[in-house]
Amino acid sequence: MTGITTISGNAAPLNQANVDTDQIVPKQFLTGVTRTGYGKHLFHDWRYLDEHESVPNPEFTLNQPQYQGASILLARENFGCGSSREHAPWALGDFGFKVIIATSLADIFYGNCINNQILPISLPSEQMDVLFAAVESKPDTVIEVDLPAQTVSVDGQSFSFDIAEHHKLNLIKGLDAIGQTLELDAKISEYEAKQPAWA
Amino acid sequence: MAKTLYEKVWQAHVIDQIGEDSLIYIDRHLIHEVTSPQAFAGLDEKNRKVRRPDRTIATMDHSISTRSLALDACGPANQLQLNTLAQNCQKHGIELYPVGHQKQGIVHVMGPELGLIQPGMTVVCGDSHTATHGAFGALAFGIGTSQVEHVLATQTLKQSKAKSMKVEVSGSLAVGITAKDIILAIIGKIGHAGATGHVIEYCGEAIRGLSMEQRMTICNMSIEAGAKAGMIAPDDTTFAYIKGRELAPSGNDWDSALAYWKTLYSDEDAVFDTVVTLHADDISPQVTWGTNPGQVVGVGQPIPAPDSFNDPVARSSAQKALKYMDLEAGQILSEVAINNVFIGSCTNGRIEDLRAAASIAKQGKVADNVTAIVVPGSVAVKAQAEAEGLDKIFIESGFEWRLPGCSMCLGMNDDILKPGDRCASTSNRNFEGRQGRGARTHLVSPAMAAAAALKGRLADVRDFQE
Repeated sequence: MTGITTISGNAAPLNQANVDTDQIVPKQFLTGVTRTGYGKHLFHDWRYLDEHESVPNPEFTLNQPQYQGASILLARENFGCGSSREHAPWALGDFGFKVIIATSLADIFYGNCINNQILPISLPSEQMDVLFAAVESKPDTVIEVDLPAQTVSVDGQSFSFDIAEHHKLNLIKGLDAIGQTLELDAKISEYEAKQPAWA
Repeated sequence: MAKTLYEKVWQAHVIDQIGEDSLIYIDRHLIHEVTSPQAFAGLDEKNRKVRRPDRTIATMDHSISTRSLALDACGPANQLQLNTLAQNCQKHGIELYPVGHQKQGIVHVMGPELGLIQPGMTVVCGDSHTATHGAFGALAFGIGTSQVEHVLATQTLKQSKAKSMKVEVSGSLAVGITAKDIILAIIGKIGHAGATGHVIEYCGEAIRGLSMEQRMTICNMSIEAGAKAGMIAPDDTTFAYIKGRELAPSGNDWDSALAYWKTLYSDEDAVFDTVVTLHADDISPQVTWGTNPGQVVGVGQPIPAPDSFNDPVARSSAQKALKYMDLEAGQILSEVAINNVFIGSCTNGRIEDLRAAASIAKQGKVADNVTAIVVPGSVAVKAQAEAEGLDKIFIESGFEWRLPGCSMCLGMNDDILKPGDRCASTSNRNFEGRQGRGARTHLVSPAMAAAAALKGRLADVRDFQE
């Protein structure tokens, strides 16, 4: 995995709350056995008018010409709620999003993003209003995200965001989380040795 | 220092402290066909082994047919996924309950009924409804596939400690009110994201009075309020449920396990980050009107007007939901016609749920325009129901009696609705398109679902009881 530090790009404004992972990738696309190829199914029900994904819905934000090529997705409260399906960040990443900025993000989805080199950021509602207003009035607005500094900047304004230190490090260095834990093998074995037989 | 139940279970599993985070040990790892293939592929790529196949257990549930035991019954993609699970389990020495096996069932129904889940354990699964197992006083939560891979390889997870929320339900339940109504009322009160970042502990007289199956229904839907997990302190009801089950401790082990389990409760002066209280007497049969489980009212109450929400985002969510659901503010849900009924899922697919539904089903016939299916949560539930003659009651009334699986809760098989269909469903999510693109879901209890099937509209179950 390669690490992420700073990302500058255009953003697509999905001005909705409670966007659940069933919307991000519906169930009929969960039968795969690989991690790739989900981008074309991203937001299937909203993005396409037909089941074969050949008729785009012109009303949907991601289909609008001004938001093509966006690497940042803006949303409102509770983005990624519902199912634990990691297919959701797989689809978002495959489509081209590197950063999701929302008023809040659901817990499991947040962790799934971190594990897939997508940076999830939550900002207060008023700051989200600023980002939405900028991108909706001027779609070519560039948003700058600086992970080491933990800031999101737009039009001369800068907002800071929180992220756990180990999440930040994993994203910046693109670390192998399992490899890191395997180095603690002796401690895990020690724990296991102390467990009662019935546990 | 006084501790919450969550803190006790958490601290008992910390292996190491890494900065602000902890490496915690995982006692039970449940896996199924949908969220595990990429995890096994990841292990294989790096030549890694499953650390504790004996702490891992697999079942087939999401992608399977409820009409046929054939793995190819729902097409080649589903078949490949099911075969991939079987191959991975064989390769890594993991016990699997495939379609047709007497222990097969929905992962969150199968685990508890085998006695696999016990108080104080940590339990994970690549499925957001893993919180179900918190009913035993276990810390149980859903994880993504990368974490499934991490647990397979290390039997641990790196986690930050969550905040704690106490949800106390005082008083006792009125006739016709079930665990499903309690949890929907809780989510309605705190909202679809109301418990994000928290582990909930449910307590109070009304919770204490619930059976283990009803407690599982409560904890199951913790995720629908955004919670990391939901827990209920174990008590005599819990111990009686576990005792004698196949994988439960026995003999001296039982005694020492029981002595430990009895220490698992929140100390009297333990401090919670958030406290929520409800009165059971105020809870009427609940029905969702919108497209998330927090958009819910009592069956006799009007659908709220979007303008009644102060928050502009909640207002626009309500407007969007009403449009999708083809409903209007002020409407009473018991006037709304339905054409589908689904009874089953990890929320409400256990034997007590089927008994409750059958007690209504036997009072009449499924309305002419309604398709109603009953999907037991496991092979064991199906066998028990058949031993009690519930299958005959359902079939006689006009319901279809199916094979166990997740079925129409998410429709990864052919149990899906058509655009415009409206379903009274005992499942856990009323998201747009969840049961089929353009289809509309109303979440209800099993008895309420059966009542809707007979009336051909959403109905008040209390009209059926003496």
